[in-house]
Amino acid sequence: MSVLVLAEHDNAVLKDATLAAVTAAGQLGGDVHLLVAGKGAQAVADAAAKVAGVAKVLLADDSAYENALAENVAPLITVLMAGYDAFVAPATTRGKNISPRVAAALDVAQISEILSVEGPDTFTRPIYAGNAIATVKSSDAKKVITVRGTAFAKAATEGGNASIEAVGGPGDAGMSVFAGAELTKSARPELTAAKIIVSGGRALGSSEKFHEYIDPLADKLGAAVGASRAAVDAGYAPNDYQVGQTGKIVAPELYVAIGISGAIQHLAGMKDSKIIVAINKDEEAPIFQVADVGLVGDLFTLVPELTSKL
Amino acid sequence: MKVLVPVKRVVDYNVKVRVKSDQTGVELANVKMSMNPFDEISVEEAIRLKEKGVVTEIVVVSIGVTQCTETLRTALAMGADRGILVTTDVTTESLAVAKILAAIAKEEEPGMIILGKQAIDDDANQTGQMLAGLLGWPQGTFASKISVDGDRVLVAREVDGGSETVDLKLPAIVTTDLRLNEPRYASLPNIMKAKSKPIAQKTPADYGVDVTPRLTVLKVVEPGKRQAGIKVKTVDELVEKLKVMGAVA
Repeated sequence: MSVLVLAEHDNAVLKDATLAAVTAAGQLGGDVHLLVAGKGAQAVADAAAKVAGVAKVLLADDSAYENALAENVAPLITVLMAGYDAFVAPATTRGKNISPRVAAALDVAQISEILSVEGPDTFTRPIYAGNAIATVKSSDAKKVITVRGTAFAKAATEGGNASIEAVGGPGDAGMSVFAGAELTKSARPELTAAKIIVSGGRALGSSEKFHEYIDPLADKLGAAVGASRAAVDAGYAPNDYQVGQTGKIVAPELYVAIGISGAIQHLAGMKDSKIIVAINKDEEAPIFQVADVGLVGDLFTLVPELTSKL
Repeated sequence: MKVLVPVKRVVDYNVKVRVKSDQTGVELANVKMSMNPFDEISVEEAIRLKEKGVVTEIVVVSIGVTQCTETLRTALAMGADRGILVTTDVTTESLAVAKILAAIAKEEEPGMIILGKQAIDDDANQTGQMLAGLLGWPQGTFASKISVDGDRVLVAREVDGGSETVDLKLPAIVTTDLRLNEPRYASLPNIMKAKSKPIAQKTPADYGVDVTPRLTVLKVVEPGKRQAGIKVKTVDELVEKLKVMGAVA
């Protein structure tokens, strides 16, 4: 048994989502190899080689792989899969974009967003927005799997001593061009990697108030800022702040929900957080059914007080 | 340009699903079924492209039990031109669906296939990407904006940390995300008109596709429930509690 894991990176830094995928891959048994497909990504490969549990790093350095276009990266993986029993990718937008294309080329069913490895061919995964958990057994000879990052511990970033091998692939498939990116710039930690998240809901009432009340508390805690879908839809916060079934799935050490009622779709995205704190004026709000500590009252007086007392 | 839009019949978005007591799945008997919300967005986008004169014909496809006819009728009432119903009682997996759609694409030769990024029942998020792979077409997944320009399509994609844009050669696959548009409701006259729009009846065998599942569902259970904690009365109590729990220094 040997497993090929797709490394998530931006050609400079190896992303944490990779580390959970490495842990899941290790549970399948056998050697774990990490594929770094990118351009000028030597630093990523060097970091990947130090990850505990990684036996070998494959570095495919080519301009065709610079922006992780699925049309170019999937054929590279498909060729490499001749030598592997399983392909594992983090269930990031990038992993979700590339993996099924690999599965189709290998003629296997993909097992999406696994939560646990129950055996070499048996996994649990969420269905119906996490309202049910299915245990599925794959009959395919090769497995293609994406991994929900919050469900697995992160592999240590030190302690490994893998060799780095350069690999080539089919290169540019010539059907797609990367035309640019608009990434949200922020000094705060990334939502999916943050240890603490402060999220705001519709009760904030406006974009100005959202930033006026949520940002200082987040800064005080060194936290990432999230939002409910209601707040995003109302235009109080950008879309990539959205925590929930249709947004980001997070599981930080501490999740502070401010003025969030706790719709099912929001709970699906944060209920695996270690400690949940809720501040809401409605004591019947569903968020209090999952909160470890709840405080009923007016957020516009309570949040500044909390910020000053932390 | 012709576009193909697959639509899936799923448990309605507003239904709180219940796991069956024998753990074989979720309760589907007497539950309201509707078109997958992401597929509604796909149908809407196709209609808007037709209204702009970019698209000439919209063909909708549904694969599943005979009641999927209702899902097709909904799409036809919104503004699609004709339907294809591929009937099977098997709970089809994404790979089988992608193979059937690939066969249909070879017959119909659409310039674009617009799919929902995922269905809200199995949450697989695979079919569009698999279809693109099988056809050897480029893919613009999780689209928040689509603009067709000659033989190319620009797709703005929702990605972790922001958005990015890809420039794809047609024919291409696009999968839709929530912000792309707000689907319209079908008007009563259009619902009446949709009844006379044609729906071709097919089976997976017509396309030479084996729909036998590759995954066996061993059991389906409810997720672990979180216990409600305590309520505190003041911010001081909250800060104290967080310190005790080790959540803050």
